[in-house]
Amino acid sequence: MRFDGYTGQIMAGLLTTVEVALASLAMATVIGFCAALLALSRRPLLRWLMRVYASVIRGVPDLLMMLMLFYGGQIALNKLVEWAGVGFRPELNQFVSGVITLGIIYGAYFMETFRGALMAIPPGQADAARAFGMSTYKLNTRILLPQMVRFALPGFTNNWLVVSKATALVSVIGLQDMMHRAKTAGAATHQPFTWLLLAGAGYLLITTVSLALLRLVEKKYAVGVREVSRA
Amino acid sequence: MNFSFVLDPDTQALYLRGLWLTLKLLLGCIVISFLIAVPLAVARNSRLRPLRGAVWLYTYLIRGTPLLLQLYLIYFGLSQFEAVRASAAWFALSDPLFCALLAFVLNEAAYSAEIFAGAMRSLPYGEIEAARAFGMRPLTILRRITIPSALRSSLPAYSNEVIIVLHSTSLAATVTLLDLTGAANEVYSALYLPFEAFMVAAAFYMVLTFGIVRLFRAAEGRFLAHQRPRVA
Repeated sequence: MRFDGYTGQIMAGLLTTVEVALASLAMATVIGFCAALLALSRRPLLRWLMRVYASVIRGVPDLLMMLMLFYGGQIALNKLVEWAGVGFRPELNQFVSGVITLGIIYGAYFMETFRGALMAIPPGQADAARAFGMSTYKLNTRILLPQMVRFALPGFTNNWLVVSKATALVSVIGLQDMMHRAKTAGAATHQPFTWLLLAGAGYLLITTVSLALLRLVEKKYAVGVREVSRA
Repeated sequence: MNFSFVLDPDTQALYLRGLWLTLKLLLGCIVISFLIAVPLAVARNSRLRPLRGAVWLYTYLIRGTPLLLQLYLIYFGLSQFEAVRASAAWFALSDPLFCALLAFVLNEAAYSAEIFAGAMRSLPYGEIEAARAFGMRPLTILRRITIPSALRSSLPAYSNEVIIVLHSTSLAATVTLLDLTGAANEVYSALYLPFEAFMVAAAFYMVLTFGIVRLFRAAEGRFLAHQRPRVA
């Protein structure tokens, strides 16, 4: 393979892809955790709102959501600027809007993961901690969170793999990620297959490395749990 | 918000044609990928190592890369090769609809194969042993016991998969096709009403998703009735 300037371009794109993926992951995790707490709240209205959130996200394709929020967000921003009477017109940044969209979309999937994990902890544990005189904060940080991590990890791993691939959609709204650069390089050199294949290798690298890392984390949080079978 | 465009017959036709294309892509992808996924799942659990390894590699490559990339590889990438452009297959491969369907099918076959293969592995071994004790041959066991039982137990996971396929058909819009998303994009660029244009398409997608969920719930009630908790 020839190493002209486009290889460097793809590498820079790989970095952007990883950045978008990690930022979206962070955003989705925070949204998902808060939403999971709301979904388990005692107020029916909050629970209902979270159900609506989950079903809207489940019902609408990511790409459509992204186009709607990106183009719609730009117009909403323009209207806001016009109304405020500011002299310049800010352009919506593809990175920021991509991360926000992916965060909102995958927040709903993380909500389901975290909700299930919180419900998987035997309620007796919380009762025992309370009987022990622990405050709510201590109960959360010492008992619930560490155990939730173990139950949530398989779902978390899955969601992360989906998010890291979903970042490719951000190329459609023009972010210079690996996908976008591979397409550009392919068009410029008349070798689209070669460059797209290289980008594919980049995505495969992300997947493989994350699987290995998350397996380590899984081991750490499974300490003290006997595995029933490993067939 | 200005939704007056939905009263325009031309816009209505655009959306309805988009809906029809989305449905065609969804059904085509589900049917064809299912027919490929079942044999793949059997091969994935085969005792022949090379066969098992080959299917593992296929699903690993497909599931490790974005669908958009696979679609671009087929639609934009294949034109790089003179041999492809000269061949008879170019007639199909230069058609965006064929490329989109091919990409969706190849992708979905890998995901469903893994679901079915996982369900086959978690079948109670006693069922297979009983079939063997009954004198069934391996192919008969596969046809009468393993495959039907695995397909039943993967129904809940498969219903999610079908919804994901519906979502992925929206990628067809990136290769110039006017599916629901493509139609919404067309309306947006004509009228410059992004929220409204995409929201109409979103409503269609939500209705479709809801329909799929309903359909599978009915199927689960029919095929997984033995797993329902007994009501006293």
